[in-house]
Amino acid sequence: MIHYDAVSKIYGGGTIALDNVTLAIEPGEFVSIVGHSGAGKTTLLKLLFAEEYPTEGSVFFDSRPVQDFSYRELTHLRRNIGMIFQDFRLLPTKNVYENIAFAMEAAGRSDGDIAADVPYVLDLVDLGEKMWSFPKELSGGEQQRVAIARAIVNQPDVLIADEPTGNLDPINTYEVVQILKKINDLGTTVLLTTHNRNVVDSVGKRVVTMDRGKIVRDDPTGHYTL
Amino acid sequence: MGGWTNLKRVGRYGLIGFFRNGFVSLSAIFIMTITLFVIACMTIAGAALSSTLEQLTQKVDVNVYFLTTATEEEVLGVKRTIESLPEVASIEYTSREVALERFRERHKNDQLTLQALDELEENPLGASLAIQAKDTNQYESIARFIESLPAAGNSGEEHIIEKVNYYQNKTTIERLGSIIDTSRTFGFFVAGFFVIASILIAFNTIRLAIYTSKEEINIMRLVGAAHWYVRGPFVIAGILYGIVSAVIVLVALYPISLYLSASSEKFFGVFNTYEYFTSNFPHLFFLIMGTGALLGAFSSYLAVRRYLKK
Repeated sequence: MIHYDAVSKIYGGGTIALDNVTLAIEPGEFVSIVGHSGAGKTTLLKLLFAEEYPTEGSVFFDSRPVQDFSYRELTHLRRNIGMIFQDFRLLPTKNVYENIAFAMEAAGRSDGDIAADVPYVLDLVDLGEKMWSFPKELSGGEQQRVAIARAIVNQPDVLIADEPTGNLDPINTYEVVQILKKINDLGTTVLLTTHNRNVVDSVGKRVVTMDRGKIVRDDPTGHYTL
Repeated sequence: MGGWTNLKRVGRYGLIGFFRNGFVSLSAIFIMTITLFVIACMTIAGAALSSTLEQLTQKVDVNVYFLTTATEEEVLGVKRTIESLPEVASIEYTSREVALERFRERHKNDQLTLQALDELEENPLGASLAIQAKDTNQYESIARFIESLPAAGNSGEEHIIEKVNYYQNKTTIERLGSIIDTSRTFGFFVAGFFVIASILIAFNTIRLAIYTSKEEINIMRLVGAAHWYVRGPFVIAGILYGIVSAVIVLVALYPISLYLSASSEKFFGVFNTYEYFTSNFPHLFFLIMGTGALLGAFSSYLAVRRYLKK
């Protein structure tokens, strides 16, 4: 489904973020990508949704190289990849309901679908009561759960979570990981980057370890080892 | 998904953004109000200047005086010839009788002159033509043309023109012409400078306002929103800035023009700000509204484009 074929990424200043990385991810997998800061984890994800383009090699999504996608195909691709970030990235001027509704509207869903799905998905992340709050009125854990709700509301094939627990306390971290596992159990491919040992160990699935732009380990049911 | 639903959503988000970003909207409106006010003032000042110059231009003419021996036929013949010149705007014919009447009217309190006039057996005044050119610097060539006519010759039966008064007034006319030309050019550049400067300031303010939404635009893009869907609400908000500012300016111009009406008339002669404002209101309305809405929409469009990469 996702295939990195001998991908290198060198940023403007000569920084090598990825160095000849080859990686294949099958549908329905839960892949934890671990490594120190600057190991290339985030760059790996950015290449998938074309926020960055590879300097060498290709990234394939459903057997097609992402760099060949047209602008229209890219917006469709992004609707098909749910994204969660360390800094939540909610729209600050929109309330919780509108933040999630926006992702649905962008995907061209009907008003009826939106009215039905937004409360449903907010119940899934246990935030039904905060529907009309604005992001700044929520705690970090709550904001991240809104971001997860937004990421899954369009039922994407892939969920990308870039350090989703980086700003959260242990309890919220645990909750977020449980939600991600639940989403994966329902069939969504999940790509998680983290440098939190507990997160990786509690997931207990495939672990890809990166160091200085290279993949140094790939364990089918791994633990955090660095 | 229908275009109508999308349009509704973009419109709604535009409105929501306009009200929720209260402070940003307020500052954008403030700057745009100043911009539109400058444009309105320049338009009105331009109208005042051209009406004043118009009036000055109309005061200038070249007069052709005919001998008393010239018949009306002959004078009208000359008039037709001069009229065929493309530089000529209008010619006013004053017959001998009319000239006499005007003379009497002018001297009605001067019995001595009137008595002297009565003692003459026939009308001592000749007919005349008052010629207005389309442009002040065309008088010289008109005067030269008239002097080249056979009617202006020194002798012979055809000689009917007594004098052309251009040369007495030559310096005055030329000086006036150059004042008018300079004022026009100067006015144009000053107005242009103010209008361009204020448009750039408004443009930059909107760009700064949208800069604060940079991250938001990026998030929308990552969520898979099409470019026009991201941009639409900002453009709507930009149009709203323009419309609100235009309304403020148009409402403010009413009392201002009323307040200035008396002094403007005194200063410019015939130009009256209040009269101009009321009689040209539709024109001003569309100019100010249109500029405001276009400027808002265009600035927003360009500002968002910076943050919308593929």
